[in-house]
Amino acid sequence: MESRTGPAAPSSCSHDGCYRPVPGCRAHAANRGPPGVLIFVGLGLYDERDISVKGLECVRNAGHVFLEAYTSRLMGTDISRMERLYGKRVQVLTREDVELNQEIILDRARTADVAFLTGGDPMVSTTHTDLRMRAAAAGIETLIIPGASIASAVCALSGLQNYRFGKSCSIPFPAPGWFPTTPLETIAGNRTLNLHTLVYLDIQQERYMRVAEAIELIEAMAERSGTPAPDLYVGIARAGSGRPCVAAGTGERLKSVDFGPPLHILIVPGDLHPMEREYLEMFAGL
Amino acid sequence: MVERVTELMDKPQFIRNIGIVAHIDHGKTTLSDNLLAGAGMISEELAGRQLFMDSDEEEQARGITIDASNVSMVHEYGGEEYLINMIDTPGHVDFGGDVTRAMRAVDGAVVVVDAVEGTMPQTETVLRQALKEGVRPVLFINKVDRLINELKVDQQEMQIRLARVIDKVNKLIKGMNEKMYNEGWKLDAAKGTVAFGSALYKWAVSVPYMQKSGVSFKDVYEKCQSGDMKWLAKSSPLHAVLLDMVVKHLPDPTVAQKRRIPIIWHGDKDVSEGKAMLNCDPNGPVCLMITDISFDPHAGEVATGRLFAGTLRRGTELYVMGTAKKVNRLTQVGIFMGAERIEVEGLPAGNIAAVTGLKDAIVGSTVTTLMEMTPFEALKHYSEPVMTVAVEAKNMKDLPKLVEVLRQVAKEDPTITVSINEETGEHLISGMGELHLEIVTGRIKRDKGVEIITSPPIVVYRETVTGRAGPVEGKSPNRHNRFYLELEPMDQKITALIQQGEVSMNQQALERRDVLTAAGMDKEEAKNVRAIEGTNIFLDMTKGIQYLNETMELILDGWREALAGGPLADEQVQNLKVRLVDVKLHEDAIHRGPAQVIPAVRAAIKGGMLMANDTLLEPVQKIQITVPADQLGAATSQIQGRRGQVFDMQSEGDTMTVVGKAPVAELFGFAGDIRSATEGRAMWSTEFAGFEVVPAGIVDEVVRAIRKRKGLKEQMPRPDDYLA
Ligand SMILES: Nc1nc2c(ncn2[C@@H]2O[C@H](COP(=O)(O)OP(=O)(O)O)[C@@H](O)[C@H]2O)c(=O)[nH]1
Repeated sequence: MESRTGPAAPSSCSHDGCYRPVPGCRAHAANRGPPGVLIFVGLGLYDERDISVKGLECVRNAGHVFLEAYTSRLMGTDISRMERLYGKRVQVLTREDVELNQEIILDRARTADVAFLTGGDPMVSTTHTDLRMRAAAAGIETLIIPGASIASAVCALSGLQNYRFGKSCSIPFPAPGWFPTTPLETIAGNRTLNLHTLVYLDIQQERYMRVAEAIELIEAMAERSGTPAPDLYVGIARAGSGRPCVAAGTGERLKSVDFGPPLHILIVPGDLHPMEREYLEMFAGL
Repeated sequence: MVERVTELMDKPQFIRNIGIVAHIDHGKTTLSDNLLAGAGMISEELAGRQLFMDSDEEEQARGITIDASNVSMVHEYGGEEYLINMIDTPGHVDFGGDVTRAMRAVDGAVVVVDAVEGTMPQTETVLRQALKEGVRPVLFINKVDRLINELKVDQQEMQIRLARVIDKVNKLIKGMNEKMYNEGWKLDAAKGTVAFGSALYKWAVSVPYMQKSGVSFKDVYEKCQSGDMKWLAKSSPLHAVLLDMVVKHLPDPTVAQKRRIPIIWHGDKDVSEGKAMLNCDPNGPVCLMITDISFDPHAGEVATGRLFAGTLRRGTELYVMGTAKKVNRLTQVGIFMGAERIEVEGLPAGNIAAVTGLKDAIVGSTVTTLMEMTPFEALKHYSEPVMTVAVEAKNMKDLPKLVEVLRQVAKEDPTITVSINEETGEHLISGMGELHLEIVTGRIKRDKGVEIITSPPIVVYRETVTGRAGPVEGKSPNRHNRFYLELEPMDQKITALIQQGEVSMNQQALERRDVLTAAGMDKEEAKNVRAIEGTNIFLDMTKGIQYLNETMELILDGWREALAGGPLADEQVQNLKVRLVDVKLHEDAIHRGPAQVIPAVRAAIKGGMLMANDTLLEPVQKIQITVPADQLGAATSQIQGRRGQVFDMQSEGDTMTVVGKAPVAELFGFAGDIRSATEGRAMWSTEFAGFEVVPAGIVDEVVRAIRKRKGLKEQMPRPDDYLA
């Protein structure tokens, strides 16, 4: 699963289990290419302790630590607790920093190892492929340390089989002149193939979309496009925490369930396999 | 009087909606007042002393008319009573926009021309505005007494001079609308579509009225000479002659709307509102066009407009097109008499209505009982804002009030644009000239009671491209969305069609396509017009791109943001044609939201404009100066010394008329300079003449100065600044 690139670097690491930034690895010292490496580290799902041991080592050894906090957020922790665990200061990045002012990240990585932290897995639901490509184009070596992703956590919590998920989609908060109905089209497309749809819910500054809001938006899309709204949903809150909330049922029922604090996510299932149904009955009140 | 008015308002055949239009000082106000007095609406003495329709103090102080206000009169003709709704219009060209909206409300116009001065530039402007709106003209040649008593012409010379004025006006009408000219709009004294007289001394004559009264031109000449104009006023009174002409020759709403609706409304004529308006049907859906908004200390905001269909009552629930679909409930329905508004039970189609309760309406709004209706054609302003002043509240405590007042001012006068900046507290007002802005700011201080500090006026510039560019690639910040655009200048023929309202987004798509292809636009392009903004057009030339539809509104937002301020000097963009030729979008909606799409398109257009040779345009005014022949040199040098150009000189007797043009940027202080250069003997007028390219020799300097003033990087922008 690990991968690394960079024009001046060796294409793979022969010294198994060793990461370049870990000091004291003599096997690597000879191969050392340009001074800095940009390391994408997935933080996992809920709090500061969801990071992998490898990831933690990288962060502790990095010259500089950035945290991208706009695509996902670890709701079970805060910056100061993270800093205490890492023994490092953490610089929080906005969307503009990551999309428009990437130089601030790349500049650091030219001279020192830089850890770029994201919630979940660095490359799944977010779009940091761009940053990695720009780094490579600038001659900076990159490295990826995966983290637990919501995409797999939902399978565990809902019992819906990973093999049966189709395209996923997001529901944005509507803006003036903009109310996309494509999420519903994705759901319907998956439904005709009898597949489940994982529906990501929008995060904007301090605004987190909740399950009830999302269902209402889906219903509004259905009304607009004159198609029926789904009749079954699975809502999940705080995956990865000790007290997640999982509930399955009709839109009407789920809108009245109190899922508690964010983050929330939603699944629109295809026809349920008997095992899936039993699991939901047992763990999600279906 | 009230009863007579309310009785007539239900009978459209007995209604005439008219406006009086004239060059400044040709006597429009005097005429309006004396018509009212003659019709018994105000006392004669009052009309003599007080300019009735100039209800704004400002107007009286300056002696010019600013706001269009409304009156109704009752006139008897051929044994029947008629209701005449008259809208006053301003005579100063700085306020040309007001004439446009008044013309929207009326069906007929009395064009007033001074017998001594003849037609003037603004006569032409206002006449054009009337014809454009499908409003039928009749002519009143005023100040005939001056011809006789001051110029001392003989009888024959008088006739020749009057005939010359009629000829001139006819030439104008023919040039502006030959079709209607041939179909009976040609002015003809013998037919009674022209009257002659003196608004000041309250008499007038027309051929039909001469037959009735027996008063001849010879009588006119002799009575004027002998100073017995009282006799004329008694035997051939101004109001009787003029209002007879109005009733006989100007159309009633049922006739007028059949012709005018297709001109001012481009919706489907077969739907219910279309039919109702063509037939002036009081039982159809309400279709009201707002042409004026004023603030009354008691009633609050009063909206005035022409009711083309339906009936208004207190409590009627209406929607204002182009705003959130919120019900606006009428709290009062009235019509005007003098400066007074009288409430009525119900007001049917064909009238000019004054209502309260339309919270969401602005001047130009289409108001209806329907949830959806094609709006009326936007009011076309023949002049555009060319100057801006910054205003600030003098006292901190007035900050919120000033914002409120600026919103009101913008609502009242659609020819100004106000941009409010609550963060800095420095707000901008753009208007049509120095005088216009002085009046607006004066009104804020005096009428609205807010002390303000005003900056010196600044010229408004425009930007446009002179070359082509593209396909230009615009990338979203996350780089997952790409927009490919081609830019080029608009074809002049097509911009003209847009300006004249022949092409608009309100029009049926098919009709628009036909007009555009007839004007030479490529068929594929004509089919794919997605938006028109000012004289800019956006074409979607792509085919079958997934998710594009739900992204289009954001793309257009980005385009509009670029149009609001071009790359060179952050000035409004005009005459730009943009073709969207390809698009790549992210699979997921969140990653192609507003924060991604708008900046991508905005940057592509701004960068593309620089590649397509973005240039700066400045407003230019046409100037006409009339001086005694020996002052000719002084007059022409006043134009030429201001980067101007003289293109015509004509002599009439011992006076010379010079016509030329000069950029607004050089015209500050023109009034004072021309006065001292010609010892106060020049008569002059200026008129908006469009935007022209800033000469290459000074453009860099001008751009740098603007950028500095606006706090932009002083360095000249490059495409790379936008297309990283
Ligand atoms: N001698 C003469 N003066 C007139 C006549 N009509 C108007 N005036 C004068 O012309 C000036 C301008 O008239 P006004 O009605 O204010 O013009 P407006 O600017 O078109 O509204 C005033 O001084 C009037 O008294 C007229 O018939 N004869």
